[in-house]
Amino acid sequence: MAASDRGREASPPSGAAPPALEVIGIEKWFGTVHANSNVNVRVAPGTIHGIIGENGAGKSTLMSVVYGYYQADSGEIRVGGEPVQIKGPEHAIAAGIGMVHQHFMLVDTFTVLENIVLGVEGGRMLAPSLAAARSELQRLERDYNLEVNPDAIVGELPVGVQQRVEILKALYRGADILILDEPTGVLTPQEVDHLFRILAALREQGKTIILITHKLREIMALTDEVTVMRGGEVVAQVMTAETTREDLAAKMVGRSVLLRVEKGAAHPGAAFLEVADLCVNDHTGLARVKNVSFEVHAGEILGIAGVAGNGQSELMAALAGILPKKSGHILIKGEEIAGGTARGARNVRAAGVGHVPEDRQHMGLVTSFEACESGILGYHRDEKYNGRVLMDHTAIVADVGRQMEEYDVRPPLPRLRTGAFSGGNQQKIVLGREMDRDPDVLLVGQPTRGVDIGAIEFIHRRLVAMRDAGKALLLVSVELDEILSLSDRILVMFDGEIVGEVTQSEATEQALGLMMAGERQTPPQAPTSQENTP
Amino acid sequence: MGENITFFVLMLDAMLRVSTPLILASFAGMFAERSGIVDIGLEGKMLGAAFAAASVALVTDSAWLGLLAGISVSVGLAMIHAFACVTHNGNQVVSGMALNILVAGLGPVLALAWFNQGSQTPMIADIARFKPIHLPFADKLRDVPVVGEVYSELISGHNIIVYLALGMVPLAAWFIYRTRFGLRLRAVGENPEAVDTAGISVTGMRYRAMIVCGILCGVAGTYLAIAMNTLFIRDMTAGMGYLALAALIFGKWKPLPTLLACFLFAFAQALEARLQGVDIPGIGIIPVQAIQALPYILTVLLLAGFVGKAIPPKASGVPYVKEK
Repeated sequence: MAASDRGREASPPSGAAPPALEVIGIEKWFGTVHANSNVNVRVAPGTIHGIIGENGAGKSTLMSVVYGYYQADSGEIRVGGEPVQIKGPEHAIAAGIGMVHQHFMLVDTFTVLENIVLGVEGGRMLAPSLAAARSELQRLERDYNLEVNPDAIVGELPVGVQQRVEILKALYRGADILILDEPTGVLTPQEVDHLFRILAALREQGKTIILITHKLREIMALTDEVTVMRGGEVVAQVMTAETTREDLAAKMVGRSVLLRVEKGAAHPGAAFLEVADLCVNDHTGLARVKNVSFEVHAGEILGIAGVAGNGQSELMAALAGILPKKSGHILIKGEEIAGGTARGARNVRAAGVGHVPEDRQHMGLVTSFEACESGILGYHRDEKYNGRVLMDHTAIVADVGRQMEEYDVRPPLPRLRTGAFSGGNQQKIVLGREMDRDPDVLLVGQPTRGVDIGAIEFIHRRLVAMRDAGKALLLVSVELDEILSLSDRILVMFDGEIVGEVTQSEATEQALGLMMAGERQTPPQAPTSQENTP
Repeated sequence: MGENITFFVLMLDAMLRVSTPLILASFAGMFAERSGIVDIGLEGKMLGAAFAAASVALVTDSAWLGLLAGISVSVGLAMIHAFACVTHNGNQVVSGMALNILVAGLGPVLALAWFNQGSQTPMIADIARFKPIHLPFADKLRDVPVVGEVYSELISGHNIIVYLALGMVPLAAWFIYRTRFGLRLRAVGENPEAVDTAGISVTGMRYRAMIVCGILCGVAGTYLAIAMNTLFIRDMTAGMGYLALAALIFGKWKPLPTLLACFLFAFAQALEARLQGVDIPGIGIIPVQAIQALPYILTVLLLAGFVGKAIPPKASGVPYVKEK
């Protein structure tokens, strides 16, 4: 939370200047879904304005309307006090609005320079536009401290730098209002710090920044003013300095929520899952897990932190019996299980391992199936679901229906199509399926990705309850907050290797962040770093 | 020695003639795929253009009107493909294949209905064809050893479309790498979302790419009917459209390597004609089929990763649908 001290004391917007961006009475329907309902937001010039809300609260829809992806059904957009018609991204760009998308809109095979001029070439020939962009880029780099090599191939750059290219793209198009959609999801804490410094510099130069996020920490650290959305409506617009995390969270969810996971001390028992010198290659033959060893004991949650793509996915797949291991050992309660074959995942399940895959839509569920069908995947051979010849559909519906009630899936309708449930409820279907068998070992990947706060609270409580029941849990998450609050021990993975291990009590975000960036764990140093929560 | 050179020059000469439609078609495919549209219908467009060019040339006695007709039909077919795949996000392989089947049947049927000579057109008189152009001094230099031979046999004596095709290659490369159109074309085939957010119409770019594709296929088909041959015959493209796609993959979607791949494939065909039944000392008679299969074997080896790596444009074959 190194950025928390910056930007708090920024002057409140002056009353005289017209708002940089104002949306008035925006209405947007998608079929029967009321995505935006009478939305009013005023963004003061030269400030950082946060828009916070759960998934599906309508923040992305609102910004898509502002950037011209969709037309609002009714309502008005004003830029600098003047009403504007925004019928497409090109109109937004012309009005001085730039957007940095969650998934970068970059052409990987192009150079930085080519990406920046795309769409604003200014002539039929490329050479003069590239030359013009190069000199303009040097000026922008100087002004905003955004170093990027203009001739680098974008696909080869780290994500933090790619994001800088996106910001440069918007600035090159003359953006005065910069919208960032969930900008920190793929960044290490150090990269987040760097981004926040850039945004603070942009604000000092008079740019207006709109930050869309669901992370309260970022809102508190960076913004001047915040708009809270829930269910397609604006429920509050407040000065950041006059509010608290708890207050914002309550407004987002509509009731007060517990931000910290409540759990007692762990009482680790026998090692249920032992991994020794494990090496795993991905399907292209690339080494993704390199000599990894660890143990997960009964009654503890072991968290694996790391930036996405550092071998966590392959580690999980190997443990779940999906990917073959290249060398090393995986012992479940002392026994080696044959994984990586066609029957691998089945063998591992039979040995008492539950697996909540990282990507529920691709690995955990079949979205076109009914919930009751998704709810038995992997366990469809169980006796209780099968008659002599045919599957026992009545039993399946009844059993999955019970699971759905138990795991608070809303609505608890086993005949509903899986894809019709929200992300959080889909995740609860998967959790219910995997936890209902009472496995001794539970592998959990990204349990709360794309899940709203209320469901996160529920999922976390269930995971802790399982630990307290003496099970061994392995948690892989790219959300550092989640790792920090749930895990009893934390391993950090970088480039396929374990680069450090800490216990929950000694873990700090800075230390983990450095390890996530590849720095090897150093022997514990004197406690010089300050308290890490605001 | 002199005989060997003559043999080699004649081989290269044949290669140039065979490679012309291949080059045009594979560059047509390059524009399509670089914009993100897989066009398996190169074959059908060429065949349609060949029939149209032959028919119009027969009726009007004008090769140029034949060319115009060939291009029009081919561009028309390309627009149908674009309408199915871009406007309606259809499956690109299915659409391309459907057009191939449609044209393969329609050409012979119309030929029968209009000209009553089976499933082909009558022979086209020389006046309505593209004839070889003899460059200045070609005859005088014929007797000069090597240089003269190369000039008069290899460089001179082709019809205008051969020279057009060869001239098109650097022009296409220049367009793709040095112009705004090219930058946007490459971008839309790699990441159409980036193009959309930059305020450029993905649909517009893809339609334009398909127009270029149609024009090039039209020229290729015209060449087959009224330049290289003297009539339209059913299935006269004989898989050349697929061979062009293979050359495009072999050339990794890049202009110069694709040109070289076309030359290689055409050389194999020229060789096949030459080696038919010839007893090579020490080897014996090589089966024609072995040489015929060569381009396809090379392509399979390439795709299997034995001859370098072929990475297609990332968005190729994927319809662009805005999220939500």
